[in-house]
Amino acid sequence: MTTATESLKPTAAARRQPLVAVVGHPNAGKTSLFNALSGARQKVGNYPGVTVERKSADLALPSGTRVELLDLPGCYSLIPHSLDEAVTRDTLLGLQPGESRPDAVLIVTDATNLAAHLRFALDAMRLGIPTVMALNRMDMAARDGLSLDSALLSEKLGIPVIGTVAVRKRGLDELLAAVERALPTSGTTPAPQPEFTPADPRKLGREARAIAKSVTLAEGQSRAASRKLDAVLLHPVAGPIILALLLFLMFQAVFSWAEAPMGWIESGIAWAQGIVSSILPDSVFRSFLNDGLLAGVGSVIVFLPQIIILFAFILVLEGSGYMVRAAFLMDRLMASVGLNGAAFIPLLSSFACAIPGIMATRSIPDARDRLTTILIAPLMTCSARLPVYAVIIAAFIPARSVFGPVGLQGLVLFILYLSGILGAMAAAFVLKRTVTKGPPPSFMMEMPSYQLPALRDILVGLWLRAGAFLKRAGTIIMGVTVALWALASFPAVPEGHPQSQVEYSIAGRIGNAIEPLVRPIGFNHEIAMSLLPAMAAREVAVAALATIYALDADDEDTSGLIERLSGSWPLPTALAFLAWFVFAPQCLSTLAVVRRETGGWKWPLFMFGYLTALAYIAAGVTYHAAMALGLG
Amino acid sequence: MTNQTLDTLAAGRTASVAGIAPSAGPLAHRLIELGFDEGALVEVIHQAPLGDPIAVRVDGSVVALRRALAHHILLADAA
Repeated sequence: MTTATESLKPTAAARRQPLVAVVGHPNAGKTSLFNALSGARQKVGNYPGVTVERKSADLALPSGTRVELLDLPGCYSLIPHSLDEAVTRDTLLGLQPGESRPDAVLIVTDATNLAAHLRFALDAMRLGIPTVMALNRMDMAARDGLSLDSALLSEKLGIPVIGTVAVRKRGLDELLAAVERALPTSGTTPAPQPEFTPADPRKLGREARAIAKSVTLAEGQSRAASRKLDAVLLHPVAGPIILALLLFLMFQAVFSWAEAPMGWIESGIAWAQGIVSSILPDSVFRSFLNDGLLAGVGSVIVFLPQIIILFAFILVLEGSGYMVRAAFLMDRLMASVGLNGAAFIPLLSSFACAIPGIMATRSIPDARDRLTTILIAPLMTCSARLPVYAVIIAAFIPARSVFGPVGLQGLVLFILYLSGILGAMAAAFVLKRTVTKGPPPSFMMEMPSYQLPALRDILVGLWLRAGAFLKRAGTIIMGVTVALWALASFPAVPEGHPQSQVEYSIAGRIGNAIEPLVRPIGFNHEIAMSLLPAMAAREVAVAALATIYALDADDEDTSGLIERLSGSWPLPTALAFLAWFVFAPQCLSTLAVVRRETGGWKWPLFMFGYLTALAYIAAGVTYHAAMALGLG
Repeated sequence: MTNQTLDTLAAGRTASVAGIAPSAGPLAHRLIELGFDEGALVEVIHQAPLGDPIAVRVDGSVVALRRALAHHILLADAA
């Protein structure tokens, strides 16, 4: 495409924005350094064809030259063992589709574990791309009494080596200046290198150890603090108890800490609805604003505080180094259902959202283990189910104490999470003996030293995730709630007709068609109507119910959804609805990601089928058990 | 020459790695990259509940792995 613009400005194409790739060993503090350099101005996307996240940021070098900084997945070597590592290798070789070969490479190494990290650095330096090294965590090295000669290291490697402390933004200016000097001035893209012979890992290891030894001025007492902590946190008895307490605290916190901010958001929405009602006359447009937009989107946005708390816990656990310990403690249990301890991390991420969870499975080397983990990931209670659980629990479960500070509502929430976990374990057990049968998996993971997670890393992570949630609320969820409002509002019920507006509408007629299918498991007409739109995203179920009930209520009745539900559903129906959402695959985005990850429709359709069957059975059993117990 | 493997090394004892057994197959590369290379000093520092997996100090790193995998790592002399 030789366009007119290009021929008018011949220099524009030549002055392509240079690409600087950030690479390193998985535990080098690479993400921290990337966050320190780019802050919240990150763009998160995906590589075409694979669900490996592509994180990049536009950055100004000291002279004002703008470069694109690309955060590549952490790697042990250029011989890939996982999809993640393959993306890093292919990008560095210029073979990654849709990505130009980097003009410069920034290697991040951990000063406290130099010999191990130099092995990858030596491997990457063989690529012939201009390279700069950040010798990170210099503060931790100093604390351990370890002293390194970075000038000598630079001389031995033949590349600039800059000492940095990413979490304190120390050394970053020097680092960027070094990157600037390293960048080739030609501005042409380096040619791809399809022929690349991997180095012998033994030879690289020997070389790395020799160099590390020669630049070490004083040996430190490394990892002493981590070892003391691990003596408790990995203790065969105390370790699992602490893990269980941490998870319990996480779920209690999600419920209780979020209460106040959720109240503020709710009053804010009610206030906005009041304003709309006082300004606009009663009309279709007012109903659209109040019952469609504000009731629908508002009922989802209100869960932002809970989602932020949940993500904050997960980010802290990851950033501190505890997540790998949790995987270590859980491995034996996971092995009993044929899974790998490494699956614990994707599964725990799935509590936030199954999509990043499924994406995180790419670090599981064995294809069958990975597939099993993908198939059970949606059983982990994701944050999108929280709105559904929260509304039903608040409406039907009394807020009283069971035991000290442990409330009944929190306990029910914990049971719902537990049901998902047990369901996932049972599913994995069956899957590993049938459809994903294979040799027993192995487990092998490096345990990084503990560290205090940097506040900036937590905030950047929360910012990106809260942004993604609000974007969903503003696009998919808003679109679906508006569509549902329209379906529930038209055709308008004639004056004096015995049916209510919602029952008379198109939505009511669709609900009527579904109702016979879900009547046996205790679902009513309104639930039947909310199930289809909830396929777009689970939290839409709440928005849909809010819209349906708001339409049927008098305009004077401003009571929230929770009050309306508690009066209109029998308890067994509410419990069956909860059980349904523990298992139901109500999320098109998840199915789309599974299709992309498994390369076809076979597995997403299988997943949809088995989860729907589980959901139907679970809801039915719950409903009839509750009826038999006389809870109706 | 003893035939001791890492999975049988008692907790708290230090030994040096003699090599990776051919039985490790394609995992040999990754084991070497994680530091289980000839001459590396190893020590079992933690055991998960029920004794498996184990956490092993390898020079400056700590690696968690199952005993079945540690069985491929040959030790030279238990010091």
